[in-house]
Amino acid sequence: MNTYSISIRPFGVHAILIEWPNEVAEDILNDILKFTQFILEQKLKNENWEIVPAYNSVTLIHRDKPIAFDSFKQQLLDWYGEEKTIVAKERFLWRLPVCYDLEFGIDLEEVSGRLGLGIEEIIKLHTAHAYTVFGIGFLPGFMYLGGLPKALEIPRKSHPRPKVIKGSVGLAAKQTGVYPQESPGGWNIIGNCSVPMFDPQKKEPCFISVGDKVQFYPIERAEYDLHKIEGEVGIYKIEKTKIDA
Amino acid sequence: MLKLLKSGLFTTIQDGGRYGYLNKGVPVAGYMDTFSAKKVNMLLENKEDAAVLEITMTGPTLLFEEETFISLGGAQFSATLNNKPVPYYKVVKIEKGDILSYGKLEKGFRSYLGIKNGFQSPEVLGSRSFFLSITQKNHCKDGDTLAYKPYTSFAPKISELKVDSFLDETVLKVTPGPEYGLLTDKQLESLFVHEFSISNENNRMAYQLEEKILGHEISMLTSATLPGTVQLTPIGKLIILMKDGQTTGGYPRILQLSDKAISILAQKKFGDLISFKLT
Repeated sequence: MNTYSISIRPFGVHAILIEWPNEVAEDILNDILKFTQFILEQKLKNENWEIVPAYNSVTLIHRDKPIAFDSFKQQLLDWYGEEKTIVAKERFLWRLPVCYDLEFGIDLEEVSGRLGLGIEEIIKLHTAHAYTVFGIGFLPGFMYLGGLPKALEIPRKSHPRPKVIKGSVGLAAKQTGVYPQESPGGWNIIGNCSVPMFDPQKKEPCFISVGDKVQFYPIERAEYDLHKIEGEVGIYKIEKTKIDA
Repeated sequence: MLKLLKSGLFTTIQDGGRYGYLNKGVPVAGYMDTFSAKKVNMLLENKEDAAVLEITMTGPTLLFEEETFISLGGAQFSATLNNKPVPYYKVVKIEKGDILSYGKLEKGFRSYLGIKNGFQSPEVLGSRSFFLSITQKNHCKDGDTLAYKPYTSFAPKISELKVDSFLDETVLKVTPGPEYGLLTDKQLESLFVHEFSISNENNRMAYQLEEKILGHEISMLTSATLPGTVQLTPIGKLIILMKDGQTTGGYPRILQLSDKAISILAQKKFGDLISFKLT
């Protein structure tokens, strides 16, 4: 059941890179996730493999032992051609609250001017779509989200800020995302998400997985403060619904 | 407890690193110079990934509050125990109240202090390795204490190890990275003919090199990066990701360092020279 033409390349002795056609497409991402799940569950079970899926690629890493590239490549190609019977992992649409107050949305006015859109319109556009998580990286819990409306595309700031606060929601080129921790950053900040994207104290520190979807919804400042308090005492519940992949 | 009377420039706890969270963007972390850190653990008959103290450039002054056994490895400092010189790669008995002072850095950049059974600082996501936003601390401060289990007797199988010092090595063995094939002949020539010097932008996340090669206009989708991945920026800057490096990136990954090359590079500081050798 060969869906795409895939290419396999060595990436040092501990890793191997599998690439799908060079496109940002949900069908490709779904094929990557399905194949990765298939080999991890049925072919490489009980081996210490780690995987990093992102956009059109997945990297398989085995830190403890070197990979025999040629034979493993052939094996992966054979497995890709096999009929795959797996029960796809559950995937979720997460609803994430964002406070777009100017106190958080420090670039909202500038973005509004440059895009020629009113602030209300920007919020409406930003919250109207569910975004697909095409990758997690750059910082622990940082999501690469795809599907930003064209009208919200804006270049990153010419001078990155030395400090962007945790939870900041930003726009840059074709991307939108949430800073999971304080960090330097060059994105245009339009709001702040009240839900922590990464909590190292939890066994599963990042509730979102690659392949999930995220939709933002606007909240008032009072609600934001309430979420923060609920989060601190551990009673805040994030809204999620199951989606069919 | 081990008390850090003076913490030194950048002293951290490091072990074998974090497994299983790369897909959530959590870097591997762990000791930068795996080769040296594993040797001190071996001498102490610890697990090879037991937590050690990683000491960078300016060493700490340490007070041991309980008996134990230690071993020093990696970058050479003129270290003294109660004012007497301490040998490297040798099991040393520690008495309550002993003071270890790291003196001057003589060779290399990162030194390792192994302790019998490893340091017992809290584990977060399966590792004790310091990493800001995961562990509470980024590095030790003056007056900090680190937990260890006291040991009164230990008869090591080998009490001293002759380690081939690689601290003077400058050649980094590399294999082609995923985007190696996109390099032009001119870029390849500059990569393998010239030496490069370490810029002042060097830390546990990445080492940047001072000299640039020709840039490029390659645009690629974000994809995984590893410790030892050499990235080429559009203006021709070379960035070598290290143990705390980000797990994904959007710059072409032109080379990949061997495990040993990562250890060699971890011992380099601002101004040191390196060269790449394709294997």
